[in-house]
Amino acid sequence: MRILNLLKIAYKAIVLNKVRTLLTMLGIIIGVASVIAMLAIGEGSKESIRSTISSMGSNMITIRPGTDDRGPARGSGGDVQTLTLDNYETIKEKSTLLSYSTPVVNGGGQVISGANNWPSTIYGVNPEYLDIKVVGLQSGSMFTDAEVKTASKVVILGQTVVDNVFPDGQDPVGQMIRFDNIPFKVIGVLEEKGENTFGQDQDDVVVAPYTTVQKRILAIDYLNQIMASAVSEDDAPEAVVEVTDILRAEHKLMDNEDDDFSVRSMEELIAAFSSTSEMLTVLLVAVAGISLLIGGIGIMNIMYVSVKERTKEIGLRMAVGGKGSDILFQFLIEAILISITGGLLGVILGLSATVFIEKFLHWPTSVAMYSIVISFAVCAVTGIFFGWYPAKKASALDPITALRYE
Amino acid sequence: MSKEIIKIQDLKREFTMGTETVYALRGISFTIEEGEFVTIMGSSGSGKSTMLNILGCLDQPTSGIYEIDGVSMKDLSRNELATIRNEKIGFIFQSYNLLARTSAIENVELPLLYNSKVSTEERRERAIKALEMVGLGERLHHTPSQLSGGQQQRVAIARSLVNNPVMILADEATGNLDTRTSYEIMSLFQELNKQGITITFVTHEPDIATFSSRTIVLKDGNIIQDYKNQNIQSAANELAKLPKEDH
Repeated sequence: MRILNLLKIAYKAIVLNKVRTLLTMLGIIIGVASVIAMLAIGEGSKESIRSTISSMGSNMITIRPGTDDRGPARGSGGDVQTLTLDNYETIKEKSTLLSYSTPVVNGGGQVISGANNWPSTIYGVNPEYLDIKVVGLQSGSMFTDAEVKTASKVVILGQTVVDNVFPDGQDPVGQMIRFDNIPFKVIGVLEEKGENTFGQDQDDVVVAPYTTVQKRILAIDYLNQIMASAVSEDDAPEAVVEVTDILRAEHKLMDNEDDDFSVRSMEELIAAFSSTSEMLTVLLVAVAGISLLIGGIGIMNIMYVSVKERTKEIGLRMAVGGKGSDILFQFLIEAILISITGGLLGVILGLSATVFIEKFLHWPTSVAMYSIVISFAVCAVTGIFFGWYPAKKASALDPITALRYE
Repeated sequence: MSKEIIKIQDLKREFTMGTETVYALRGISFTIEEGEFVTIMGSSGSGKSTMLNILGCLDQPTSGIYEIDGVSMKDLSRNELATIRNEKIGFIFQSYNLLARTSAIENVELPLLYNSKVSTEERRERAIKALEMVGLGERLHHTPSQLSGGQQQRVAIARSLVNNPVMILADEATGNLDTRTSYEIMSLFQELNKQGITITFVTHEPDIATFSSRTIVLKDGNIIQDYKNQNIQSAANELAKLPKEDH
């Protein structure tokens, strides 16, 4: 009852000073709106990076042979022959955090079909490759483990290869092509993936059983890399550690020796990219936070003036029975009402600004629920914090002095 | 014998101003009974204002007894004094002290807002009744700026009546009004007094005192006169005697 009356009194005071109240609110409105909009931009860019990387398989782990920094001249990883099929079998057997894995051998070459040809890269893998890369087939089917065992001459083509080698739009499945003069039967076409974050065309690939590529094209018995996927994205870092341990044991490395291979997860890539956008977000939010603080000081300023201006009214309220606490709460509620209303308007403005940014500037945005909750909570606390001092001052007035105040 | 509303015994109030002690009240004793219309008179510096502050529970005496309605005011906290002001005393000020841009009825409701025992409906009802008593039943929703001085003071009187106080305390309530309007206000006070409301009226105008039933005169913190008025003038009659205004 009492609180209800005080709410009513505070509400009336606000309504009686519409313009002043609105001006006071402006600081809070802009503060809250900018916090929400800035966080939405930050979250948006973070999410767009994450989703690009996720489309490449976010729990993917790649194992490459020695980042060879022992010799005076550093060779590229693929030239070192430390990664073998035995290593792959051991990892597959011993690891507990990997759901899929495949040996990978790759080499460049010319894809030829009739009069058309196209330079591309052939990847020799096993059927689990599709699950690791999170890609499906738009037509045809994947080769089987049996076909891997027999080193069958079958290939799956990426869309870019199809476009260049079969320009007339005929169905490539079932057709014969040649890769480096070795005939292959096309048994499937990969789904289109487009360019990845680094501008690399993910559709410019030819996929074949690794046995076929090893024996018939490259004539090697080692692996260029091993690809695997962790059970989940969260398990990826642990899987990296696990695989490293298995490989170190397998390669019989001493404790003081460096790895002669490297294990990388996509997590690291995501982290590297996110940190830049995160720093930007922190910066933006700091600026927005400062404007929120200034909004709070605005409230204190106005409440302070308001108390001075209404000293006589306070005296009267005390004379007709208002207690110190009544006066305190009246002004406090006034400050809180101003900041909460300002906060609400700020949320609305922030959300509209976000929509505007997305629609007209085409920046990726993502409104985080927590940004609304936090900025709203901050402005409620601001109201209490900055309203308290003037309200306390009002409540401590001596009724006689207040009544006689001119 | 009628009931004692106010009982004051050997009341003293001293202020310390730097090293000097000012004796504003030097041991005052009197009682006010239910239904009395008392004017307290005195020149500036007589202790009138101090007396008023103490009577109105805005200030505490240095020593002595002050009882309202049989309750001692001694050693009450700020909050307890606020409750007494809310429930026992109706204040009327020289400058009306109405809330600006606030309707008459909301001004009158104000004291009841601080009394959690009164419901919203009852609050409205009582405010309307009080405004009708002072003859402003037609102007419930006028704001102070839309009312004349006399009407504003009537709103203030309605506000002092709304919490059914045991005593109305008026501080120079006619000080800002012309003679005609102040007689109108005095005649309203007399009417209210006839209905049994106890009124204490602080003033320095001798003609106002002739409308009351009793006068207490203060000088230098002492009572120098305290007499029953044998010949109470009717403010309504005096009003009739005033020369007609040219409209």
